[in-house]
Amino acid sequence: MKNSRLVVVGNGMVGQRFVDALRARDSEGRWRVTVLGEESRPAYDRVRLSALFDGVDADELNLHTPDPQVRLRLNTSVTAIDRARRVVTTTDAEYPYDALVLATGSDPFVPPIDGADLPGVFTYRTLDDLAAIRAHARGRRRGAVIGGGLLGLEAANALRLLGLATSVVEVAPRLMPLQVDTAGGALLRRYVEELGVACHLGVATTALHPGSDGTVAQLELADGSRMDADLVVVATGIRPRDELARAAGLPLGSQGGVLVDHTCRSADERIWAVGECAAVDDTCHGLVGPGYAMAETVADRLVGGAATVSEPDTATKLKLLGVDVASFGDAHGTTPGCLDVTFSDPATRVYAKLVLSDDAQTLLGGVLVGDADAYPTLRASVGQALPAAPLALLAPAGAGSGAAALPSSAQVCSCNAVTRADLDAAIADGATDVPALKACTRAGTSCGSCVPMLQQLLDAAGVGQSRGLCEHFDVSRQELFDLIRVREIRTFSSLIAEYGRGDGCDICKPVVASILASLGTGHLLDGERASLQDTNDHFLANLQRDGSYSVVPRIPGGEITPEKLIVLGEVARDFALYTKITGGQRIDLFGARVEQLPQIWRRLVDAGFESGHAYGKALRTVKSCVGSTWCRYGVQDSVGLAIALELRYRGLRAPHKMKSAVSGCARECAEARSKDFGIIATDAGWNLYVGGNGGFQPRHADLFATDLTTEALVRLVDRFLMYYIRTADRLQRTAAWIEAMDGGLEHLKAVIVDDSLGLCADLDAAMARHVGAYSDEWRDVLDDPALLGRFTSFVNAPEVPDPSIRFTAERGQRVPAGVGGTENRQPVGLGMPEVQR
Amino acid sequence: MTAQPQEWTVVCPLTRLDPGRGVAALVDGVQIALFRTANDLFAIDNQDPVTEAYVLSRGIVGSRDGVPTVASPLHKQAYDLRTGDCLDRPGVAVRRHEVRCQDGLVEVRLRKEE
Repeated sequence: MKNSRLVVVGNGMVGQRFVDALRARDSEGRWRVTVLGEESRPAYDRVRLSALFDGVDADELNLHTPDPQVRLRLNTSVTAIDRARRVVTTTDAEYPYDALVLATGSDPFVPPIDGADLPGVFTYRTLDDLAAIRAHARGRRRGAVIGGGLLGLEAANALRLLGLATSVVEVAPRLMPLQVDTAGGALLRRYVEELGVACHLGVATTALHPGSDGTVAQLELADGSRMDADLVVVATGIRPRDELARAAGLPLGSQGGVLVDHTCRSADERIWAVGECAAVDDTCHGLVGPGYAMAETVADRLVGGAATVSEPDTATKLKLLGVDVASFGDAHGTTPGCLDVTFSDPATRVYAKLVLSDDAQTLLGGVLVGDADAYPTLRASVGQALPAAPLALLAPAGAGSGAAALPSSAQVCSCNAVTRADLDAAIADGATDVPALKACTRAGTSCGSCVPMLQQLLDAAGVGQSRGLCEHFDVSRQELFDLIRVREIRTFSSLIAEYGRGDGCDICKPVVASILASLGTGHLLDGERASLQDTNDHFLANLQRDGSYSVVPRIPGGEITPEKLIVLGEVARDFALYTKITGGQRIDLFGARVEQLPQIWRRLVDAGFESGHAYGKALRTVKSCVGSTWCRYGVQDSVGLAIALELRYRGLRAPHKMKSAVSGCARECAEARSKDFGIIATDAGWNLYVGGNGGFQPRHADLFATDLTTEALVRLVDRFLMYYIRTADRLQRTAAWIEAMDGGLEHLKAVIVDDSLGLCADLDAAMARHVGAYSDEWRDVLDDPALLGRFTSFVNAPEVPDPSIRFTAERGQRVPAGVGGTENRQPVGLGMPEVQR
Repeated sequence: MTAQPQEWTVVCPLTRLDPGRGVAALVDGVQIALFRTANDLFAIDNQDPVTEAYVLSRGIVGSRDGVPTVASPLHKQAYDLRTGDCLDRPGVAVRRHEVRCQDGLVEVRLRKEE
């Protein structure tokens, strides 16, 4: 049985999921896998394509992790299947198979409209499509989308983000006709039109007309009207790609798609089909959830299992153009005798409908528009007795009654088909927190929307104590990080509205600000974000006991030219700042008032300095000894490495401040082992130590890897930092983080060296984004008059200095007098006789 | 001699205040901290009674059990913005002042003693 040949045609989301699922199950190495993909890049998250126009990088959508046991051929189109010889043919090769899985997906369906082939008319499915849309949109003003379904609204949002005046044309009388009912559609339309997207409903597009330059310029509608548009996206549906199966003589579904049974096997016992190209029960599904279920089923079958695909869950929850829309079960009430309960609140603009069985006891389906908080509980309750009275479920706080009321057969995580019974079993087996539940059941690892329910189930079982951040959030910092990252939440107000309560506080606000900064989502004083920052981050300086601030420019690696040193001296002298050399090999300037900060930084930035982030929970310094350049003992260039590392990680926000150091030989003059990550040179390269700190509980760092090349070292530090940033608790330093980790240092090695969680590509990409997006926070402030306006002591007297900040002299420099000042301090006199009075 | 009631002093346009953040203002030589929350305006002394530094306007605004609060940026004690009471140290409080918005302008009236 070993070394059977498995060929997978298609490397989309479902194809990739199938390969991952098979590899996870095939511990005996039964299958040698070859994947043939048509696109130029490996599998990516097509569901989130639109995020590309919201500042997300294409690499972030990547779903593929390299696997030495899987041969991946990209840019490879399969031309035929020879079932008799059991071979698939591409343009230049043949691939024999013992089993063949078709995961060819679908093509956009473009209706036969005159002019649909004009330049400027696009479909919306691949990264290439989006690149073409972006390129064509440049300099153009009006966009139109034909099709007002899920994909059409996604595309409309994309055009809007590209700055086009956007219209949607839909032949049905409402938006999202497959998911929502008439009343829900009407509310959705109001939301969408308020965003400036015009809706033309109940009207077909009959032709597209070119302008003088030959590209599309107008739409002609069935009512005879015409509409200007110099970019058109057609999003009217998809058609399964079944041409290979058709040519090979396999039976197809009545609407197309490879006809398969409940194991996803086609009429040929060696050929399987999964995802959008498969017709199970003669029905094709365009959602990724059913596709994933098929992928898991075939993977199980290929290692001897007996899985079958159950009734596919076509439930959908989306945030479209900022509006929550959810639809699940029998949303349109097609079950004979069923009853509707509707809830409509024009004030909060929420619409909800539940479809119940004729005895009003069983939930059959529903529609939510405007507020989908109740969605996870409701979707999991389909086919079950109602967990509470209908109105209680639909009222805004209804989600809270939540998971604890669910029956054990309810599916809590639909992405990964995890039921409450599965989760209860995992809890009984010792899972005490959400990460443990995720790890052993995979629940909550895809879209993340059920994560709050996982916590509710843990609470209901009475295990573990709350890991909630504060009274406003029941989830931990790590869970918040995942929610913000995966759900692409960008404001505190939307986060707390969806996952918290109240107005926030000095605990949760800075945590969210830090997470948003770690994700590289903009300047920390942008818009609402400014209000979340601690005063240090708010004024980009360190608050001192008297209400004044200190200023610390970055001096990478502690190396500084005489010219820059002179500038620091001149600035300190001109603003009469108390000057002290820090433990991190830089210079701290104290006693600045708020309105002086921009003046000081103007001088510093002009001289080539940038923020040292001494005010942030961020990388502080990478200290160094003088190294092999000068030192007669040094074996490597510790200063050069320290500078490179400090520049690479500058500005990186973290759960706690982070420090580093590089020593050029084993004498360790830079004290690298007292740092969060420390590096000590060896004859052969670098040794990396992690998890050290000074401070209240000093701790030496542990040896993590030896004799690394500079490149390998940087890769490990990249992953170490990103994994820490993603998973540590608030104010948890690296040492405590490693100690709290199940499996400790060995687990950390497995994750970031051996990639045991398949995270490394993601961590690497995240760091690459950070490095690429870095810009000096102080320079950004100086360039922005609105931000500069914040730097006054008094809003109604910007020219008045704060009179409470006063100084006295000590050892030739100014130190605080008066408020919070010297009165209570005793001067220190060493070697002097104590005077008795 | 009768005490004159304090006058209302225009401080700044409402738009100058970010929701969920404070600013300091100087009214008749008194440093006050002015806060705008989602629905309200609050004014208290800018001086942190615990450290005596004039910093309360720079604290993080939030809520505790539904009570609107500001946390001192120095040592994080929270103050009830409605009453001025310190929620973390019994007996400690800051003075409140009257604040209103008229025609888009924020106005403050000092309270001398309580």
